[in-house]
Parts: sequence; structure tokens; C-alpha cells
Amino acid sequence: MKLKSLILAAALAATAGGALAGSHGGKVKVGMITTLSGGGAGLGIDVRDGFMLALKMAGADNVEVVIEDDQRKPDIAVQLADRMIQSEKVDVLTGIIWSNLAMAVVPAATAQGKFYLSPNAGPSALAGKGCNPLYFNVAWQNDNLHEAAGAYASQAGFGKTFILAPNYPAGKDALTGFKRFFKGDLAGEIYTKLGQTDYASEIAQIRASGADSVFFFLPGGMGISFLKQYADSGVGLPLVGPAFSFDQGILQAVGAAALGVKNTSQWSKDIDNPANRAFVEAFQAEYGRLPSLYASQGFDTANLLLSAMARADVGDTEAFRAALAAADFDSVRGDFAFASNQHPIQDIYVREVIREGDVFTNRIVGVALEDYSNAYVDQCRM
Amino acid sequence: MSPILLIEQILNGLQFGVMLFLMAAGLTLIFGVMGLINLAHGSLYMIGAFAAAAVAGWSGSFLLALAAALAAAAAAGVLVEILVIRRLYRRDHLDQVLATFALILIFSEGTRWLFGSFPLYLDVPEALSGPVTLPGGIRYPLYRLVIIAIGLAVAAGLFWLIARTRIGIRIRAGENDREMIAALGVDISRLYTLVFALGAALAGLAGALVGALQSVQVGMGEPVLILALVVIVIGGIGSIRGALVGALLVGLTDKLGGFLLPLLFRGFMEPAAATSAGAALASMLIYILMAGVLIFRPTGLFGAGT
Repeated sequence: MKLKSLILAAALAATAGGALAGSHGGKVKVGMITTLSGGGAGLGIDVRDGFMLALKMAGADNVEVVIEDDQRKPDIAVQLADRMIQSEKVDVLTGIIWSNLAMAVVPAATAQGKFYLSPNAGPSALAGKGCNPLYFNVAWQNDNLHEAAGAYASQAGFGKTFILAPNYPAGKDALTGFKRFFKGDLAGEIYTKLGQTDYASEIAQIRASGADSVFFFLPGGMGISFLKQYADSGVGLPLVGPAFSFDQGILQAVGAAALGVKNTSQWSKDIDNPANRAFVEAFQAEYGRLPSLYASQGFDTANLLLSAMARADVGDTEAFRAALAAADFDSVRGDFAFASNQHPIQDIYVREVIREGDVFTNRIVGVALEDYSNAYVDQCRM
Repeated sequence: MSPILLIEQILNGLQFGVMLFLMAAGLTLIFGVMGLINLAHGSLYMIGAFAAAAVAGWSGSFLLALAAALAAAAAAGVLVEILVIRRLYRRDHLDQVLATFALILIFSEGTRWLFGSFPLYLDVPEALSGPVTLPGGIRYPLYRLVIIAIGLAVAAGLFWLIARTRIGIRIRAGENDREMIAALGVDISRLYTLVFALGAALAGLAGALVGALQSVQVGMGEPVLILALVVIVIGGIGSIRGALVGALLVGLTDKLGGFLLPLLFRGFMEPAAATSAGAALASMLIYILMAGVLIFRPTGLFGAGT
């Protein structure tokens, strides 16, 4: 009996010692895996710069960030995540831009007890049945901006919209999201090739379809190509799209072809609150360019992390999770809270592309969805 | 489906085809004359587009931008040929693939280092922008018609160069028997540099012309390179005529397939399923075409030995 309690006591002491050794003294090590080379590097660079700017502005010396480039390849992202978890012993992972990479990394990272804060990718699988207490999305669920575009198209009175997106999962989600909130009829629906650069064929079909408006989701270079060719074709129907084809990084490459186009975004540089004003000013001062929505998402992700660190120790998983879920930080978007599946509840705005001096940028012209979360909240059980 | 839409799609296919021809012509020349697989051909296309965007931004002149694209791509071609490629002619194709793949990475990161990660701006010149109305009431972008005209003019010029000029005779001779023409006193290494520069300049021209329609960004050359490889396999490696026919076939198949297949599928499927199945099959169509050609003509349509 005595021996047994002695062993128990020793075991307890060992666990306590372990807990002590695992305690962080308020320090957090962050592993950032993002895209810094190749075609999509602009997005990763903006997320990284936004994130690091927030740490710098807060003077946070208790956060150590390890940054690695995933080259937009899922296998490399998985290797990096393994290395960061096994040998770098990070507490929190973040940074991934693309949904297919997130699907490869996030479930494994959370299964090993690491927090994951997504600054961009929000695949439906991680919002619904695959939700996890350790996974937080600080940007949006993938469907959100498309749903807002559908809502806006209805508000604007469009009755016959032609919709197109690339033929891959996020493209299908985009058209599904648009249709979820759009009340009019479709003049046509096209899936284009992923990475397609010539849209002459699609534009000819839009012209022949008798549509009164066009919704398109073509991220990155695809959107630049489409917009330039669409403007040159003289079709001239109103365009609606998510912010991805109109972010600060690519508007200059599109030029006047994008002027007047309505796009939906949870952030814009003219959202009027102190946090956003400070962010836009500091970003320009630090990097010499205007911030994009990706930069704003990286910035908010870092501030969310800092707010949780002020409330709890990352070694205490349950307390830290509660601290993250409270979202007690000043988002550059204004009101920000997490839904029960740990994705944002936020306003999604309609922006218009304008010219300010010789720079193309956006300004807010309305609100498409107010305090909206996502369509998958009910499917998440945790 | 109206006939106007069909004609418009045929024009789109032609335009896409002649653009592919500009890429494929250089690739097939280099392979035919030197026996070299040059994966970095897409990088030369990118260099053309970046040079055009930079010069257009600085001077505002599209003609100057085109000239700069030709010069920059040709210069890069000469540099690459002298520094790297020259050491590879006697090595096997695997070594060539490895070295030119390394060149892709070097050019991509070098371009990013010079121009940054964000896409550059290059627009259609004012005088060529907007649509024109063709006979029959077809409204078609003027710039795309100009691309078709330039592509066909370049094709005619290349045929003339190969068939009628002294350089063309040397190029053809070099294809057949390089030892013999070296023995006849032709400076073979200078000929190779020249051919490489010519191929590079054509790629640069394609990059600049298309850059005005698309986004000028790092990595823009590789998707086109893959299509150009398909074109020269279909046309027969080393044949300029094959490159032209192959390019037009691929261009038309791609544009008409992407347009007609979903319509065809809609005859017996639900619209949403037809759209997605049609799009999926359309993206495979040119590879199916290539496989079909290879079954009946293993060396391509105009390849040697047929």
C-alpha cells in the first residue's frame, strides 16, 4: 500500500515536472508555412509581411517565427510541417494560402496537438464535418466572398447572370456559393481550365448568351488575363467577382480594364476604424506599397495570436483555445467574432475599383452580407 | 448556337494556333538542327513579355516594346547558348533536360529578383484596342486579328528563310549531316548560335504579343512550353511546316473542343454535369489528338521517315 502510493506520488511528480518543462513562460514558437516562390508568391509574401508587421507594431519579443516556403506544393508543405512539429517544436502553425495544401497539413497538425491559425485557406471540409478545436480560420470560409457576390448580384437587380470559374474544387465551391445567395436566372455556366490564360472562347459565349451581368472567380494571373481580354472585347456587361482578382497586388497589372468592377471582400483599405488606419499607414511605411486583403489577414492572424497569449499560456491547450475563441483583438475589419466552428462572423462588403492618382485601388460602396458566418456551422460537431 | 459564334470560335482557335506556332517554330528548329531539347524555351517567352512590359511602361510605345522583346530574348538566347547549351550537344537528352530545367529555375528566380513577385502591366496599344465589326456582323477584337496576321507573316518569312536563303540551306544541311557541313568550311558553332537566337527571338515575340492580353508574371512560360512540345510532337520534330499545321490543329481543337463538348454533352446529361464533364474532357482533347496522331504516324505528321 505504502509502496503503491509512493509510486503514485513519483508518477505525479514526474508528470508535474513534465508539465513544468513543457511550460513556455509566455513564449510561443510559430511555424509559418507559406508560398514565397513561384506563381502564387505575391499572396504568401503579403500574409508574411502583414503577420510580421503586427508583431513589430506590438513590440512582441515573446513570439519566435520560423518561416518556410512551400512552393505551392502539398508534398513540400507536409514535409515542412513535419519538420516544424518534430524538430523545431513549434506551438502554433499558420501561413498556408491554398486549400489543397491546407487539407494536406491541417488535419495532421491538429492531430498532433498543434494549433493551426489559417490566414487564408478555408476549405468547406475543415468548416463542416472536419472541424477541429485546434483549427481556427481568421480569414473566411472559402464560399463566403462568392456568397456575398451572389447576394450583391440579387441586390443590384441582375436577373440573368453568366457565371464562370476554373474546373477545380475551389472553383466549384465558388459557383455553388454564388448560387446559394443569387435569386435570378443563370444565362450560362462554364468551368474553364485551371491556369488558362486565353478566354476568347468564353467571352464569345458570354456575348452570345444574352446575359445582363457576369460573375467570375479566376484568382491570380487567370483573372488578369480575363479582365484585359474582356475589356478589349467590348462586351461591356457589368462584372461581379470576389476580391481575389482585385487585390492590391494585381490591380496594377490589370490597369484601367478593372475600373468600376464590383467585387466582394471582408476587408478594404478604407474601412474606417483606428486599427485599420494604423495598419494601412504602418504597412505603407514599412514596405512601400499598399496592403492587400492577404496582408490584412496575416495582420489579424498575428493580433489574434497575441491576444490569446495575453490571456493564457499556450502549454495549457484548453485555456489557450478558449482565449483564441474569444477573439479579443481589434480586427482591421471592425467587428469580428468566431462562429461555433471557429470561422469568422463578419460583414462582407461590396467594393468598386477606382483610380487614386496613378494607383488603382478599391473603395467600399455597400455591404453584401452582414454578420455572416458560413453555411457549414451546423455540420460541425465538437 | 449561331454561326457567328462558331466563326468567332474558329478565329479564336486560329489566333491561339499562330501564337503556339511562334513558340513551336523555335523549339522545333533547335531540336531539328542541334538535336537539343530546350525546356528553357518558355523562359525566353517570359523574358520577351517582361522586356516588352518594362519598355512599354518606360517609353509608352508598343513598337519599341516589341523590338525590345525580340532583342532581349535573342540576347538571352545567345548568352545561354554560349554559356550552357554549347556544352550539351554531345550529351544525351537526359542531361539536356536536366540542365535546361535548371535554367528555367534560374530565369524564374532571376526575373523575380529583378521585377518582384507581382504581375507587370502591359496593355494592348491604343490604336489596336477594342473590337472591329467583320463582314457578317461578327464583332472581334482587332488586336487578335493583328496577332493572326503577324503569326502568318512570320510563318511565311520562316519558310522563305529556310527554303530560299543561304542560311536556310546551311540550316537544312546542318539538320542532315553536321560533320559534312563542318568539313565544307561552315562555322557550325556560329550557325548553332544563330539558330538558337532566332528561336529565342520568336519565343520573345510570342511572349510580348500575348503578354498584352494576359498577365505578365513569373512562370508564364511553362504552360505554353508544354503545349508547344505537344505541337512539335504532332507536327513532326524538326519540321517548320509540321509546327505550323500542328499549332493550328492544337489551337482549333482546344478552342472548338472547349466550346462544343459541353454543348454536345448537354444533349444527354443534366446541364451542370454536362458543363463539368465537357470541361474535363475538353482539357484532355489535345493530348488525345496527340496520341491519335502518334498511333497512325509515330514520327508526327511531317516528321522525317514518313
